Formats: sequence, C-alpha cells, structure tokens
Amino acid sequence: MSTLSLPQDESRQLVPPPGRHPADPPADPPRGEDALPLESLRIVPARHPGRWVATAGVAVLLAMVVSSLVTNDRWEWDVVATYLTWPSVLQGAWATVRLTLVASVVGFALGTVLALMRLSRSPLLRSVSWTYTWVFRSVPLLLQLLLWYNLAYLYPYLSLGIPFGPELLYFDTLSVVDKFWAAILGLGLSQAAYSAEIVRAGILSVDQGQQEAAASLGIPRRRQVSRIILPQAMRSIVPTAVNEVIGLLKGTSIVYVLAYGELFYIVSVIYGRNGRVVPLLVVASIWYLVLTTLITVVQYYVERHYAKGAVRTLPPTPLQKTRWTVLVWASRLSGRPVPDAVPPAYAARARVGVLTRTARTSGGPA
Amino acid sequence: MSTAVSATTHDSTTHDTTAHDTSAHAARPARRATAGLVEIHGVRKSFGTLEVLRDVSLTVPPGSVTVVLGPSGSGKSTLLRAINHLEKVDQGFVSLDGALIGYRRKGSTLRELKEREILAQRTQIGFVFQGFNLFPHLTALENVVEAPVSAQRRRREDVEPEARALLERVGLADKADARPRQLSGGQQQRVAIARALALRPKVLLFDEPTSALDPELVGEVLEVIKDVASTGTTLVVVTHEIAFAREVADTVVFMDDGVVVEQGTPTEVLDHPRQDRTRAFLEKVL
Repeated sequence: MSTLSLPQDESRQLVPPPGRHPADPPADPPRGEDALPLESLRIVPARHPGRWVATAGVAVLLAMVVSSLVTNDRWEWDVVATYLTWPSVLQGAWATVRLTLVASVVGFALGTVLALMRLSRSPLLRSVSWTYTWVFRSVPLLLQLLLWYNLAYLYPYLSLGIPFGPELLYFDTLSVVDKFWAAILGLGLSQAAYSAEIVRAGILSVDQGQQEAAASLGIPRRRQVSRIILPQAMRSIVPTAVNEVIGLLKGTSIVYVLAYGELFYIVSVIYGRNGRVVPLLVVASIWYLVLTTLITVVQYYVERHYAKGAVRTLPPTPLQKTRWTVLVWASRLSGRPVPDAVPPAYAARARVGVLTRTARTSGGPA
Repeated sequence: MSTAVSATTHDSTTHDTTAHDTSAHAARPARRATAGLVEIHGVRKSFGTLEVLRDVSLTVPPGSVTVVLGPSGSGKSTLLRAINHLEKVDQGFVSLDGALIGYRRKGSTLRELKEREILAQRTQIGFVFQGFNLFPHLTALENVVEAPVSAQRRRREDVEPEARALLERVGLADKADARPRQLSGGQQQRVAIARALALRPKVLLFDEPTSALDPELVGEVLEVIKDVASTGTTLVVVTHEIAFAREVADTVVFMDDGVVVEQGTPTEVLDHPRQDRTRAFLEKVL
C-alpha cells in the first residue's frame, strides 16, 4: 500500500466514514475506542490558518489607515467639524437632496412611459422611445445641462396651445427655465433614458405566463401592468434603480457648472475664499456618504417589500438578526437551549457549541 | 341531428352526450346545463411554417366533459388556447353559445373585436394552466378576488366571501392568506382552479393541469376537477391521465399532427379505438 494512507483505526476515530449511520450494524466488530457511540465523540472544528493570516494582515493595514487619519495634521479635522454643519453647507446639502428627488421622479416617471412605449405594438411609439434613449444616452450630461441652460437662446418664449393652432399661455423662457429647472431638465431627461432600460428589463424579467394568466382572466390591460406585471418587475428594478439614484445624487455635483448652489458648488465657493481645499472636500464627501447611506437603508426596506411572494420567508431585518445573534450567543455561553423564537438557521450555529460542551463533560475517553 | 360531436377529418365515431347510457357513467349525477356550447369550425393555425392545427372542427355540448388526448406537438394545447383567443387562429372560427370569439358579425363582415371586448369575452371562459401561473406577489385570496373585481367590476365586499367559499370548496380555506410559493404544487393548482371559477365561467379549459405535479399530488387536483365537472360547467381538459378520462369524460378526443383523429365515449376511444394512430398512442401510455 502507499505510504499516504492513514492507518485504518486512526482515521475511523477522527471522522465517521461517509454514509455510515450510527444505527447501521458495524462492518466488523468494534475494538477499543471504536466501541464508543458516535454521540460521545469529541468534535474538532476544521481549522483555517490562512484565514487568520489574512485577517491579521488586513487588521494591520486598517490600523495604519486610522493612524494616518489621526496623526496627519493636514486633514484639519477641526476645520472639517466646523464646516460640516455650516449653514450654507447645510443649504447646499438640501439643494442636492432636492435635485436628486425631483430628477429621480422625473427620470423614472418618464422612463416608465418610455419603457412601455418601447414594448408597445405601435412601430412609431417603439422607434420614438428607441431614439430618445439613443440621443440622451449619447450626449454627455455636462453638454445637456449647458444646452438646457441656453434654451432661451433657441426659444426666447414658450407657449402652451393647440399644436399648429392658437397659443393660449405665454412664457418668457428665462423666467421658467431658471438654474434649478435647467438642472432638473438635464438630470431628469438623461436619467429617463437609463431608467427606461431598467424598467424595460424589469418588465421582461416577469414570466410571460403572468401576463397570459391575467389576459385569460379578462383583467383590463392597464390593470395587468399596474397590478400584475410592475409589482413583480420591481424586484429586479429596485437594486439597479437605487444604483441610478445614488449615481444621480453624486451626479448633481456636475450642476456646479450652472453655478447652482448645491453641495459641491457651495464647498468650492468656500474653499475658493479660505483656501482650505482638502478639509472642505472632506466635508462634501461626508455629506455624500451620509445621504448615500440613507438611500441604502431605504433600498433595504423597499426590496423587502417587493420580495413578498418571491421568497417563501422574508429575510430578517437587521434588528431581528441582532436579537437572534444575541440569543444564540447567550445560549452558547450558558448551555441552555436556544429559545423557540430564533429560527433554526440561527439556532444551528449554537448547536455546534452545545454539542461540544456535552461531549466534553459527559464523553471523553473512558 | 342528435349528434352533438362531429369531426371533419375522419369518419369518427359519434354519439349523443346528453342521453348516453354507458354503465361507466351511470353513477354520475345528471347535469342540467343550458349554457356553455363551444363550437370549433375549420380552425387552422400555423407558427411560422409549422402548421399545428389543420382544419379542426369540434362541438362541445353545454355541461359536457371533453378530454383531449394526444402525443406532444399534436396541437391539443394550441386548440385549447384558441378557444379563449390566447392564440389567434389563421382560419376558421370558434364560438361560445353562438357568439363568435374575437369577432363580431355585422351583415356580411366579421369585425375583429377590440382588446377590451376580447377581455370581456374571456371572463366567460376560465383557463387553468399547466404551470399554474398564479400571481406570486398576491395571497391565495387576492388571486381569486382580483379578476371578479377588476374584470367584472364587482364589489370587493361581495366577491370576498364568495372567494373564501371557493377556496373552501377546493379544500384550502386555511390557506387564504398564504402566497403561492408557500403552497405545494397541488395546492397552487387548486387555487388556480378557484381563481378561474370565481368569474363563474360557462366553460373551463384545463391545459395539462396535473403535468407539472408530483405523482402524489395529482389525485387532489383531479378530485377538484371531478367536483367541478358535476356542477354543469362545460369542461375541456387536455391531459395524459387516462384513468381520469375514463371516469369523468363524456367525450374523449384523440388528436395527432394537428387533426382530430378520433372521438367518442371513453369506452369507444380508449377500449375499442378504430384508428391505428390512436391504438399506437394508447399502447404507449397505458
């Protein structure tokens, strides 16, 4: 035999051979330690030395980052702290939130319409939607913003009326399309092009049988879309859509070219005056981080809402997870059984420890 | 003519479904149905170059149970889908109680109906899919309530007790608030049947209702279909369950290669088939 194979007795002692059930009659009469019942054996968890080395390495790197953040004076944390809640910075952050909200609503509302047009049976609607997406995805956002801001040059007056007929309402373009609305037009309309594709992908992801079932039940077309198709499409729309909203939140910083007072423009004005460039950029970064975090929290709950029916049981909320983990650790340490409120998947984590405990106290070599 | 069933392609067996006296059916309660006559006339349908229905004619009397058998690709499902206009036929027509499905006759012209009108027609024809196609994001009860409320514009308060009664009838009263993915295949299909019944259709079409089920779940669904069969709703069932056909069907239709090869009572078609193709098929499945 090869030298690699373990002696028979030793291997059997460590691990029960695969496929062998405790109740099965042993192949040959047990001898020595083999005679011990499986339940009394000590379980040795697998060891992961590589994982420990990697963890230690990353911990050192992390410590270096933190220490440099603290010890390097040039971060000027006192300046950061001062300007983080500076009134004009707060106003800028609020302007950024407003831009993001309105542009998202415009973008996704128009995007949904475009997606439905793209899936329509009318060739004209289909090609108009396609062309829109083509144009607005191709022209850089910066250019679009400047074009919208110069709308008054192309059309000094805007009017509402009957096409090719009399005009009923009359506006001065400059008074209607101010900086805010130029920004909304630029951000919202280009967002619509991307949203259209996201919504379309979501609709296509819903099983064809759903629409067929709705049609066979005679459910009206509009209701088929709003009640049956879109709620199911939302499950694949939401993660990508939130990605887009986060992109938009940061994308609003590009509006500084219109000298509109959003977060980035405000901090750039401040550091232009006092020269504290890096601390003020950090202030803006922190605000973008906070806002993105808020969006991510909202995303979690929206996703959970639309997961209804797609999964047998909803994933637990962070609060539930924390509570269960605490209960599991409590039972691990005390040796008491896990409370019934904890789902089996979590309770199983405790069982390893409990089994080891009982094995240590009651088992062991006789 | 007393013959209610006729086929064009072959000299098939014909019989009178309302006055049959075969002993196999003696135990079944008599149905009194006045509505739900389905007539299929010279229907042709192609997908690309493949002709799946080749001049199919069939009459399904009110309140009868018709089981359609045949090898896969024989056009059974397409025929069923043509009955409620999920599949638009290329030639021929389908009518329910004399009214054309998908068209309106005006003098010498046939006008295609608008989608809204087709949807309204479909509420008279229930359809049960092989893959259930329940709405996964709605509870069992909401699945059943949806169509009567949105398609028939009935009041939710009136529909809900009815829907609960239907769920009870299919043995799922306790699952009203469960969502489809929390149910077994057999339970899902029973909800789907309740959903189709909620519209009080004149005709109920079953497209291989038990083919996606584990063998031990087939029975519970067939029991529900038998129960529905006793109420006087016209049923057309595409299935491979020969025993079910023998027990419940008034007429068994055998299709192959886009035509009706043979039809008659279960005894006639299943025990004494006249056509070689029918015999060959039955030998394989029995």
